Amino acid sequence: MNSKRKTPDSNGHFGLFGGRYVGETIMPAILELEDAFYKYSKNRNFIEELSSLLKNYVGRPTPLYYARRLSKEINGASIYLKREDLAHTGAHKINNTLGQALLARYMGKTKLIAETGAGQHGVATATTAALFGMQCHIFMGIQDIQRQAPNVKRMELLGAKIIPVDSGTGTLKDAMNEAMRYWVGEVKETFYIIGSVAGPHPYPEMVREFQKIIGIETKEQIMHSTGKLPDTLIACVGGGSNAMGLFYPFLNDKKVEMIGVEAAGKGLDTDKHAATLSKGTVGVLHGSKSYVLQDKFGQINEAHSISAGLDYPGVGPEHSLLKDTKRASYLSITDNEALDALHALCRHEGIIPALESSHALAQAMKTAKGKSPQNIIIVNLSGRGDKDLETVLSFDAKQ
Amino acid sequence: MERIKEKFIELKEKKEKALVGFLTGGDPDMSKSFDIITKMCESGIDVLELGIPFSDPTADGPVIQRSSARSIAKGINISKILELTKKIRTITDIPIILFTYYNPVLAFGVKKFYKQAVKSGADGVLVVDLPPEESDEMTKFWKDDNFSLIRLLAPTTPLDRMKNILKSASGFIYLVSKTGVTGSDGLDASKVLKQTKMIRSACDLPVCVGFGISTPDDVRQIASFADGVVIGSAFEKLIEDNIAKPDLPSIIAKKVKECKKATVFSQ
Repeated sequence: MNSKRKTPDSNGHFGLFGGRYVGETIMPAILELEDAFYKYSKNRNFIEELSSLLKNYVGRPTPLYYARRLSKEINGASIYLKREDLAHTGAHKINNTLGQALLARYMGKTKLIAETGAGQHGVATATTAALFGMQCHIFMGIQDIQRQAPNVKRMELLGAKIIPVDSGTGTLKDAMNEAMRYWVGEVKETFYIIGSVAGPHPYPEMVREFQKIIGIETKEQIMHSTGKLPDTLIACVGGGSNAMGLFYPFLNDKKVEMIGVEAAGKGLDTDKHAATLSKGTVGVLHGSKSYVLQDKFGQINEAHSISAGLDYPGVGPEHSLLKDTKRASYLSITDNEALDALHALCRHEGIIPALESSHALAQAMKTAKGKSPQNIIIVNLSGRGDKDLETVLSFDAKQ
Repeated sequence: MERIKEKFIELKEKKEKALVGFLTGGDPDMSKSFDIITKMCESGIDVLELGIPFSDPTADGPVIQRSSARSIAKGINISKILELTKKIRTITDIPIILFTYYNPVLAFGVKKFYKQAVKSGADGVLVVDLPPEESDEMTKFWKDDNFSLIRLLAPTTPLDRMKNILKSASGFIYLVSKTGVTGSDGLDASKVLKQTKMIRSACDLPVCVGFGISTPDDVRQIASFADGVVIGSAFEKLIEDNIAKPDLPSIIAKKVKECKKATVFSQ
């Protein structure tokens, strides 16, 4: 373990945050999951099986790529991209779904369920279910079904059943509500694969442990190619799994700056954003205590982002702690800035990034300015942008 | 607390079981909600469970989700539900339990919530997503035992855990009849009976059973062994189906009377 003090504590608390705020029906399942996770994540067979899958099925390690033309264009710091978009299924989400599905198999569960926003976690879960021959239900908001149509088709092709969720705003938050409701009814046979470092303990810790491979590889790769640690790590934050995966192995490298990038949507001064850490207050949503976008009576607000994967009014509890302890800083990028960054990467590097990852990239392009090329910025390019083509093209057409 | 205790003693003497009625406060609006509750009290509910609306009710089925959304759409919030509680207290002496998710309480302030809930005449609170593992952060502000935290037990709760939960329980025990959200079908009385017996062997508090109970027949079955039954979604469904009718309170009252009758075992 990297950290000097263990986070979370034995009750799943990250300082003030985290914990287990769920109904009694689910509570025993969560305790069972916690036991199983601690047991099997130290089990040799489990570790070997997972690392073999990550290598041979996912294609890890993913490359750390120096974006030479983009860096030259900015004329500042050197920007490196951790290419999670090259992982099987096109995003980092598969690291976690393989880990959790394998755990489900060790626990004897036969059904997988998951919520999805952008569809990347849904695709990764459906993929894993197909690989393990397990039944799979994916809960997805109707608005997201519309704006991420290609991923819906992919999930269906992989044999998953899509459950459309029309409550609330029909986005990620509502999909998660509905997945939790379903889980309450089917809790004995079903394993709920949460896609982010959110949810009740042990999910934030477990997802972090399955995603920290990103940061572990990154550290080795940058040391190998430059002989030093990076100056800055930048990743987008919806719930925060790709950011946590990159940041965690660097937490004790105090000189490494960490920037989480939230979606500013149409602007932080409007009500159309998803900047939970910048504009939220402490609350309890989906089983853990964290910053939340809410009104003064505790009703959860709608979030907005052009990117379905960042369109979430909560955030992982460990990010809330990193914000409060100032170990990481959290900035935000608007829809327009993200789109500009997406275009820049397409044109300068021949890489189409996901809209989520484009937020991190846009921030990196800002941070890089005025710095020397010796300064190293690593961006977690968490996913590829094929799924976003329609959104991007229709947005461009309106401009 | 005293009100809860006295109510169950009174019912025992009368050879009756408790009919616990749940409603989301402020549904369909504040004044109709008060009228409906007044009628329910007159028609025989023994305990009122008053719901504080929440935007993301993950333990509830579609009927209560919609009732919560209707209430929020009318601008109802935790503060207004506490005012409503105060008003209800002027017309009835039955125990009032506030039913809520934790976030509205946290946003309002846990200390302030306790003070105002007691002041408004509530006898306890059931926080559906606050398990014993996390509840100290709320109850540490509670000064004496005039206010109960109603604990939930589920069909999935193992015996050891159940015994631990019962140690800190007060008021009554809320036994969730089935795995699933509120309002769903699939009541299995024999399973509920088995678990009720287990609870009784470990604890003296009354056991009330909820989730999936909607008809007088359901009530009769469960009330034959439990100390009380909770009905929520069935009342909310009636509100939804008759929302525009001027005699909405009487429609609910009729249902209350039918269900209450099924809890009486004296004849």
